[in-house]
Amino acid sequence: MTHDVSSAPAAGLDVSAAQVARSALIRRLATTIGPILISLVLAGCLLLALGVNPLSYYGFVVQRGVLSGLGLQQTLTRMAPLLFIASGLIVAFRAGMWNLGGDGQFLLGAVIAAASVTPMVQVLPVWLALLAASLLSILVAVFWSLLPALLRAYQGVNEIITTLMMSFLGVSLANVLVKLMFLDPGTTVPQTRTLAVEDRLPRLFDTTVTSGLVFGLMAIIIVHLMMTRTAFGLKLRMVGANPRAAIHAGLNVPLLTVAVFALSAGLIGLGGAVDILGIQGNVRADWNPAYGLAVIPVVFLARMNGFAAIAFVFLLSVLEIGGESAARKLGVPHYFTLVLISIVLLTLAVAEYIDHRFNQARKA
Amino acid sequence: MGTQAPTPIVTLDAVTKRFPGIIANDKVDLEIRAGEVHVLLGENGAGKSTLIGMLSGLQQPDDGRILIDGVATSIRSPSHALSLGIGTVFQHNMLVPTLTVGENLALGGRWWQRPKLAEIAERVAAVAGPLGIKINLDARVSELSLGEQQQVEIVRALLRDSRLLILDEATSMLTPHGVTELGALMRRLVERGFAVVFITHKLSEAADFGDRVSVLKLGRKVGEITPERLRAIDRDALVAEIVGMMFGRQAGEEAVSIPPRADNDERLLEVSGLEIAPSGDTPGLHGISFDIGHGEILGVAGIDGNGQKQLAEALAGQRATAGGRIRLGQQALDGLTVGARRKHGLRYLTDDRLGEGTVGAFPVSINFFLKQIGEPPFWRSGIERSGEIVARGGDLVRQYDVRTPSLATPIGRLSGGNIQKVLIARELADGARAVIFNKPTYGLDLANSLATRQRIRDIASEGMAVLLISTDLEELLSMCHRIAVISEGRLVGIVDNTPGAGERVGRLMIGLAA
Amino acid sequence: MTGLFSDTFLAALLFGAVTAAIPLLLAGLGEQMSEKAGVLNIGIEGMMIAGAYVGFVCAFYSGSLWVGFLAGAAGGMVVAALMSLLCVRLGLNQIVIGIALTLGLEGLTALLYHFQFSRSYPRLPAAETLAVPLLSDIPLFGPALFRHHLIVYLAVAMVGVMAWLYRRTQFGLNLQAAGDKPAALDVAGIDVIRTRTVAVLFSGGMAGLGGAYLSNVGAGLFIPFITNGAGFLGIVLAMLARGRPIWVLIGAMIFGGCLSMTTAAQVAGVNVPIDVIQMLPFLAVMAMLVLFGRRASLPAALGIPYERGAR
Repeated sequence: MTHDVSSAPAAGLDVSAAQVARSALIRRLATTIGPILISLVLAGCLLLALGVNPLSYYGFVVQRGVLSGLGLQQTLTRMAPLLFIASGLIVAFRAGMWNLGGDGQFLLGAVIAAASVTPMVQVLPVWLALLAASLLSILVAVFWSLLPALLRAYQGVNEIITTLMMSFLGVSLANVLVKLMFLDPGTTVPQTRTLAVEDRLPRLFDTTVTSGLVFGLMAIIIVHLMMTRTAFGLKLRMVGANPRAAIHAGLNVPLLTVAVFALSAGLIGLGGAVDILGIQGNVRADWNPAYGLAVIPVVFLARMNGFAAIAFVFLLSVLEIGGESAARKLGVPHYFTLVLISIVLLTLAVAEYIDHRFNQARKA
Repeated sequence: MGTQAPTPIVTLDAVTKRFPGIIANDKVDLEIRAGEVHVLLGENGAGKSTLIGMLSGLQQPDDGRILIDGVATSIRSPSHALSLGIGTVFQHNMLVPTLTVGENLALGGRWWQRPKLAEIAERVAAVAGPLGIKINLDARVSELSLGEQQQVEIVRALLRDSRLLILDEATSMLTPHGVTELGALMRRLVERGFAVVFITHKLSEAADFGDRVSVLKLGRKVGEITPERLRAIDRDALVAEIVGMMFGRQAGEEAVSIPPRADNDERLLEVSGLEIAPSGDTPGLHGISFDIGHGEILGVAGIDGNGQKQLAEALAGQRATAGGRIRLGQQALDGLTVGARRKHGLRYLTDDRLGEGTVGAFPVSINFFLKQIGEPPFWRSGIERSGEIVARGGDLVRQYDVRTPSLATPIGRLSGGNIQKVLIARELADGARAVIFNKPTYGLDLANSLATRQRIRDIASEGMAVLLISTDLEELLSMCHRIAVISEGRLVGIVDNTPGAGERVGRLMIGLAA
Repeated sequence: MTGLFSDTFLAALLFGAVTAAIPLLLAGLGEQMSEKAGVLNIGIEGMMIAGAYVGFVCAFYSGSLWVGFLAGAAGGMVVAALMSLLCVRLGLNQIVIGIALTLGLEGLTALLYHFQFSRSYPRLPAAETLAVPLLSDIPLFGPALFRHHLIVYLAVAMVGVMAWLYRRTQFGLNLQAAGDKPAALDVAGIDVIRTRTVAVLFSGGMAGLGGAYLSNVGAGLFIPFITNGAGFLGIVLAMLARGRPIWVLIGAMIFGGCLSMTTAAQVAGVNVPIDVIQMLPFLAVMAMLVLFGRRASLPAALGIPYERGAR
């Protein structure tokens, strides 16, 4: 259908652009917070059915995740790797590429960081060892994304299937590396050598919060600005929004595709490195926190906006940290967090649909 | 016929349909009778497609009634339309490319049954034979030409016991010969008692094929010519009357106007021996050679899908070539990227405005500069300069009369004519020397078409070389200096635009010597 | 190393391959129909685990595996009904909803299991097998391939049923049209939404059945996250097999064989981490994709919600 908007004169453009933007922001907040509240109620009903008082559960989660000093520090620490993953996914999703291989890229990054940093820290200054280990992690994660990237760029093979498979492969390979190559001979537990606490990424001030949080925040803000304010970001968004227009405009779409995968995987791999170098210190065999799958929905909830993603990553971390405490204290396993996230996602998606329909009806 | 005619098969009674921002159909009355070819004539955007949408069950009217055999009926869905005897052949074909013709015809049967291919073959023979249609039921649809696909769709509508056959812009994909054949087919159909609704924006087809002509304009029905009246007057008078309804007075006057050229015959754009290997569903190009001088408009005539798009894309650098040379002035363009060719002054205005010309979700302002991403002054060190973009965008909006609520409006919300203005502004900006126009007025209303054509004449007058690809012969005849004819990936001839050129081009298009 | 190639070892390996392949086969066949109809069902992992849990609970309380299978399929279908409501009818993003459903059901089943069974850790008795007369007496292959629960033979028979459905019925044509050109199906008078809904419900039922097999026959118990990516494997299988059910079976057997080898290798005391063997099928598939990349073509309208009259 043709949409004829010929009534408006060409002069006097953009008078109300700021106003429009503000009301859009308010609506967006309303369509975000409303569904979250509804989700809390729905999930609360589930708790009731299980014989748990939802108010005391939520109260406990907030208490442990935000209000208590130690809990808040744990929450902020947990955010560090998640922020990197979120920034990597924002790059990919905005460019229209479904990188569902985050878990493999993350774990490989983590294992390489753990394996490379302990020998390097013997001979190099600590900061250099940490930097070199991070770079190695990035390289390996980028390498791991290369095959899906090339297949998509030059053969048109759907990246959902290839990144998923590379993720399975990456998780297995990470385990193989831990068990066969980088095993710490000093312990009976199958794990890599452990980076001494004092050699890890510095903590912030007098807290236990890792400085990885700062790097993560920087990463996601830089990615956000890159995607929205630079020529390169515009090119990537163009490839995502309309690949044929990108070809028409003379962009090298295959090359940009490879660049997107490299950036995305590199950031996720760096997330793995930061998790190890700042928080965990080593990688145990069969360790797979599966952050990737949890962060994908978060990025969607944030509508691929970096700042909104920070807020949602914080929320996710609160739920996880608080949920883990609640599991010990209230006997509600932290699986409940998964259910809550899922309900939030579903209600948000439905809210967006209703909002969209409502808009259409109003225009007609 | 006439006053004591039986109840019409379909009657539209003050039917109104609104879409966001526009009234697509405003109180339209229409009667569709058996034994008549009822032509619905109107420019793009006149509301023809919406009318068909409602008759075929894809959309519901907001006001007014549709009567089937005199009974008010709401056509709820496409299957309901079929069961009422209304079959539609859509402008964009509605066949599944991965299935065979027979399987496509079988679609719609009861789900648990085996597709009755043998029975279908029999019925196709019974229906298609008398109408002179031959189709191969075992061929995969993706292997058929567009004309063949259209015949399959007509047969499909007839297999469903349709009493009313709606043909939406059915001639846009056909050769002149194919158009004549379709006209004869419609004649045979109405002789057998079918009703045919034939939708077109081409006046001559309305005059040639119609028993009754209704003219739509901006959503309203502005006139109807009854069969009695149609029989009473001759063709010229009929055309004059229709023109009067469509455009008021001034519209028929778009005179042929070929911009004058200086006697400077220096070549500007030279193409020799261009080759492209055919791939999948697209034709290749073979030995394409031509040149265009300063200020010259070279038309490319031909049926859609004969390699026009491939030619344009190869020149613009979007498509790899297997051989041949392209020069613009002193500069060889072979092997250069799209961006480099653009910098040398070669511009390509695509026919697919939303599909590849623009990014619908991006604001109008950004869409002006999609081919300059990263270049100063709009980007500096890779950082976007919103101020520069908005300022220059505002200038272009005014200069090219783009009607948009704001620069921040996503371009996908604009009308086709305004999107086209954005594209023209983009391609003509900063140092254009040779411009390829691919179907520049396709889908535009009359005012925008005229403005676009004048814009093309203007840039030729300024000394640029223009390659004008169009499937509208009248358009080419109205402004080109020479017209090349493309057929199956070859230029089969180049004709000077002198009196009688139209006929010679027509002969070339159907494979005869000019 | 002698133990590695003994008859009993090979028979156990083959037997295990079949057991491991059946859930993949069922999920893959289900996903295949959904993809054919144009819906990328990423939620299949969630449907599978729903089937595994519901199937286990019902089999445990009723004492009948068949009740468990039926309940498992029904459980998967309930999730699929939610998915089809959101993604097919309302046209929401299939990947987002699919992942949301998967996360939610993994969490929900783990939670319910914790509250219901965390102290008892119940097991089901070993499933009784049905030996196919004559065939089961073939040395080596007989016991490995023809002494399974009846559901296994039914699952394999589904391959034939699906092939027949796709190639010999109107429904097969409808599915293909819904995935390749939904508008064409609509104007032919078939409801696209309904066709896709049926396909998604079917995929949910098959995934649920596969999950129930996994918990009831494969493991004999339910543990949280028991599906462990089997649903995602089903997606991979369906995408690789394109429209051909037989390739889902072949793929499932290859993957099942590798999974079986991981346990067999441990039994045989081979000193290789099971992860190495788990990588083999993926390596093979990636190699295939690199060699025959373009072959993995997908339906044109896959993942795109259908809205009538939209251009």
